[in-house]
Amino acid sequence: MDEQLKLDGNAAAGSLGEVFPFEMTMAEVVCDHCASENFVGALMVYQPPMTLGTVVRCPGCDNVLMRVVHNSGHYWLEMRGARHLRIPDGSSVAAGEAAAEE
Amino acid sequence: MVEGFISRGFRGRRRQPNNAQLPPGQYETKGFPVLSAGPTPHVPLSEWDFTLVGEIDEAKRWSWEEFQALPSEEITKDIHCVTKWSKFGTRWGGVSVDTLLGNVETSAAYVTAFCDGGYTTNLPLEDVTGGKAWVAYAYDGEPLEPAHGGPARLLVPHLYFWKSAKWVRGLSLLSHDEPGFWESLGYHNYGDPWREQRYQGD
Repeated sequence: MDEQLKLDGNAAAGSLGEVFPFEMTMAEVVCDHCASENFVGALMVYQPPMTLGTVVRCPGCDNVLMRVVHNSGHYWLEMRGARHLRIPDGSSVAAGEAAAEE
Repeated sequence: MVEGFISRGFRGRRRQPNNAQLPPGQYETKGFPVLSAGPTPHVPLSEWDFTLVGEIDEAKRWSWEEFQALPSEEITKDIHCVTKWSKFGTRWGGVSVDTLLGNVETSAAYVTAFCDGGYTTNLPLEDVTGGKAWVAYAYDGEPLEPAHGGPARLLVPHLYFWKSAKWVRGLSLLSHDEPGFWESLGYHNYGDPWREQRYQGD
């Protein structure tokens, strides 16, 4: 039953991508509970059909890292369980592409 | 004309516009959808307990066996989920919150239900007393399945079903209101389905 409700982190990247102006799959999150560091794409997401919101959990300890709710014309984002987010701003990718072209 | 008459008939049955059991914006389901914000906890019954804490002279605790020995009730109620499904005539078994609070002196005006997995939900004390709330451990005559909140869940059928916290382990009696897991993130603090109180501001 759990497996039917649990999605991979790409579902979180979708919800977070509605809030942040960056591609979030490769953003890194540090868990405030167990200090493990994971890419958003590797997190556990609970967002079954007809859900109340997106709940993102640490794959190491199940701690709730982030919660995203979109209702009544607002996004609600709660991140108490995440020590920090490290988000690629895209420049390193652009620089890499430029270097590859040279 | 005939065609129009037939379509109105079908539409009417499907939407049940005159069904007084159905709160505004809801539809009836015969299934029992499972919604969850996390993995299903699996606490052995030997380690399970139910506690009352907070604004009481002495915290109260029941083991699973002690809880089973409390007077139980059969409850048949309609339930309404904020995600818009309603299910009529659900049959539960469990202990009334009135029974749990029976001899407790408290100055609290609110309760927060706390659960395995970290989920919480807040309610006015008067909404869990007076025969309005139970801690249910049976559904349809069988032990409550873990996916639906077993071994025990709160049952507060007059409010949206997110208030009927799955995997409940106790009630914290509070003098102040403390918004819970969804209430702190844009959902309505009270959640009356008949007033369609889904989100803050409704």
